[in-house]
Amino acid sequence: MDLGSQILQYFISGITNGAIYAVIALGFTVIYNATEVINFAQGEFVMLGAMVMITLSGVNGLPVWLCFILAVSVVTLVGMVLERLAIRPVKSASAISLIIITVGASIFLRGVAMMLWGKDSLGLQPFTGERPIRIAGAALTPQSLWVLGITVLVMVALQFFYKKTITGKAMRACSFSKRGACLVGIGVNRMVLLSFGLSAAMGAAGGIVIAPITMCGYDMGTMLGLKGFCAAVLGGLGSSPGSIAGGFLLGILEAMGAGLISSGFKDAIAFAILLIMLFIRPSGLLGQGETGRV
Amino acid sequence: MAKHRWLQVSICGVVLAAVPLLLPGRYYLNVLIFIGIHTLLAVGLNLLMGYAGQISLGHAAFFGLGAYTSGILSATYQVSPWLAMLAAVAVTVTVALLVGIPTLKLTGYYLAMATLGFGIIVHICFKEFTWLTGGPSGLVGIPSLRLGGLVLDDPWSYYYLVWAVVLGAISLSLNIVDSRVGRALRAIHDSETAAAASGVATAQLKIWVFVLSAVYASVAGSLYAHFVTFISPSSFDFMFSIKLVTMVVIGGMASIWGAILGAATLTVLPEVLAVFHDYDIIIFGTILMVVMIFMPQGLTRGVLDLVGRRRLQQSAATAGRSDG
Repeated sequence: MDLGSQILQYFISGITNGAIYAVIALGFTVIYNATEVINFAQGEFVMLGAMVMITLSGVNGLPVWLCFILAVSVVTLVGMVLERLAIRPVKSASAISLIIITVGASIFLRGVAMMLWGKDSLGLQPFTGERPIRIAGAALTPQSLWVLGITVLVMVALQFFYKKTITGKAMRACSFSKRGACLVGIGVNRMVLLSFGLSAAMGAAGGIVIAPITMCGYDMGTMLGLKGFCAAVLGGLGSSPGSIAGGFLLGILEAMGAGLISSGFKDAIAFAILLIMLFIRPSGLLGQGETGRV
Repeated sequence: MAKHRWLQVSICGVVLAAVPLLLPGRYYLNVLIFIGIHTLLAVGLNLLMGYAGQISLGHAAFFGLGAYTSGILSATYQVSPWLAMLAAVAVTVTVALLVGIPTLKLTGYYLAMATLGFGIIVHICFKEFTWLTGGPSGLVGIPSLRLGGLVLDDPWSYYYLVWAVVLGAISLSLNIVDSRVGRALRAIHDSETAAAASGVATAQLKIWVFVLSAVYASVAGSLYAHFVTFISPSSFDFMFSIKLVTMVVIGGMASIWGAILGAATLTVLPEVLAVFHDYDIIIFGTILMVVMIFMPQGLTRGVLDLVGRRRLQQSAATAGRSDG
């Protein structure tokens, strides 16, 4: 393969991974906007989505779309339960306590997954065949198209939800001012619960579509969640377009770095980009106003 | 240092000196040595997290830097282990300064994420610089420490060495938190803006405490490396950083003595729960969540507060009775 098609190949795997990072980053953003909580258990939603999907698709006769819906529903429920049991009881917690609580939740979910599915990695058949599509010497698998397609669908659906539905508008109102939203009769608690459910659902969808691409195990969520958070910070924490841009940017830079420099340092590259971003511009590429600097 | 602090440290020292005489075997001494090493880490991280209120999700990196610098210098380059330990401290201070100066300008989630990213990068370097660190299979043949003609390769002598260092670190920390600097640190915890307004050099102080806690971790790492004589990257991963945070949380934020409790609990728990050996992560997760939800100040402080409140209620009740 010549360098040109090699770079194209890296680019393709970059946008495939980037799409997933973008969806996870959007999940962070949904919760952050509603509650100013960073949910470090976000990656575990992705893992749960993939694992539940794998289990369900082992059941004879269940069509893929039904498995998809069931898996997303299960994880949505987990997200909501997490909010009720671990987030709502702490009313005025500092960032440090919330970080520790959600990190605790992520470890807990990982442990439960290890109990349910064991330590071995599991695989899943691609949704529609394995024959790759050739583009200028590079290969694009049908599963990558699924990943991109579902990602775009999730993004469009989220925008539609925020802009066109009354619940979505209420959620946006909460993110502007909880007090104000409360005054006009919006159930803020219900919105927070919903945001956890929504974010879990998005994470699950991401996990389901990448299940056939990566090996899936109880510990797959950690790195994915962290990368998603990298993407969210990269784009500007709290900004939806920023999350999407950050996700794709991270995916592409990481794939190029892994391909052209060293694959062992793939994850280190992502975090180095994050650190540089935090040092230079903590408000992110598209973030405005609020920053993490003192 | 106030007199009662000397007393506390001395009593603790006497108890610790007597413990090995009562123990039936080497196994228990090994556990106590690990508790000591973990206590050193927890005391350092507690200064940063509990007192100054700055989170670090990457402290395993400093533990690893201490262990690897010590290990590589003494095993590969035959440097004397004590010199290697000193060099490890120097390396850690340099790295902590390089990382701390830009990182500690961040707060909350951004700081957590930056330290976490740093921890992961260092862990990956341990794994990938195979020519230097031995890669994923680890670094072998780290020599034991020597004291004069005495080789500290048995658990008895190592126990006394480790706990002497721990007691030293505890005394130092008690002095620090009781001093002007300690009060300034707590002021930063409560409100950085207010602390700065009342003349605390917040930026310098945060970096200073970050470097100090990194040095504690580095010394712990060196002690660990020369004791087990074999190190591999998996001992310094993200989960270990989380385990350290758990120790501080359990032991009680802003409680130096609590650090021993936290370190002991999290070192002994996996041993006791050997039946569930794989599931100890569920227990960590649950502890983290439950303690933080119900006792955000940590277990020691939480229990003390509960006891204090009860005592207050009791005295109020007796006061009420004597009035009537």
